[in-house]
Amino acid sequence: MADSSDKINKVSIVISRGSLDGVYPGLIMANGARMEGIEATLFFTFFGLDAIMKKRLKKLQVATVGNPAMHMPTLLGALPGMSAFATSMMKRQMEKLDIPPVDEFLEMIKDAGADLYACRATVEMFGLTKDDFVPQVDAIINVAEFYERSAGAQIIFT
Amino acid sequence: MPTREIAGKQVSLDDDGFLVDATDWSKEVAQVLAQEEGIADLTEGHWKVIEFMRADFAEKGAVPTIRRLNKVGGVPTKELYELFPNGPAKKAARIAGLAKPQGCV
Repeated sequence: MADSSDKINKVSIVISRGSLDGVYPGLIMANGARMEGIEATLFFTFFGLDAIMKKRLKKLQVATVGNPAMHMPTLLGALPGMSAFATSMMKRQMEKLDIPPVDEFLEMIKDAGADLYACRATVEMFGLTKDDFVPQVDAIINVAEFYERSAGAQIIFT
Repeated sequence: MPTREIAGKQVSLDDDGFLVDATDWSKEVAQVLAQEEGIADLTEGHWKVIEFMRADFAEKGAVPTIRRLNKVGGVPTKELYELFPNGPAKKAARIAGLAKPQGCV
């Protein structure tokens, strides 16, 4: 067991991508941190905002183009329905592992005591307001506030 | 593998302090393990979680996830974190005499 002084006490996780495979790792790590009694902050920026937008969070897709790990030729990945197919496959696998859909996961992470923030620069760039986001989002903050709230935390960029 | 006397009984624990043999578990053992986890007294709320976990493990062979505790066991996630602060799934599993949870959620 690690020495107690080496223990991670706080993490600050940035989610910058809006694909299903771009969003889940950060959510799983934030939830996992809370499960270990580690303080967790989630900061959604750029396309990562899709994960907390009421209109979009249920429509996140797995990227089948420009994703070499899909082991699929680019042209095939670009066929209509290919992304939807890969997305439903992944969702089914996650359900088997008891990993919740994004909306339920956000509720769970919030109930676990994590803080959720949206990036001000992106919100302004896309012309959004707090009403566009799920209620679990605490506030829209700028990068300076992000660093203030991350004091003493390990920052993880995804 | 350390063996210790808990509630008047010799009990084997693994390196993380989880019971090796589930049949060593009793309510008295649970009370001692809870105190070690910083929970002075097991309340009705704690017992609801512990009993669901044990019953679910007996049925499914796996330690239930926090989501399952919520959806099937009827324990709201917020309440679970209040009952077992700083690591609810692991603490509750240990007090319930089950193995350390292996899943990521």
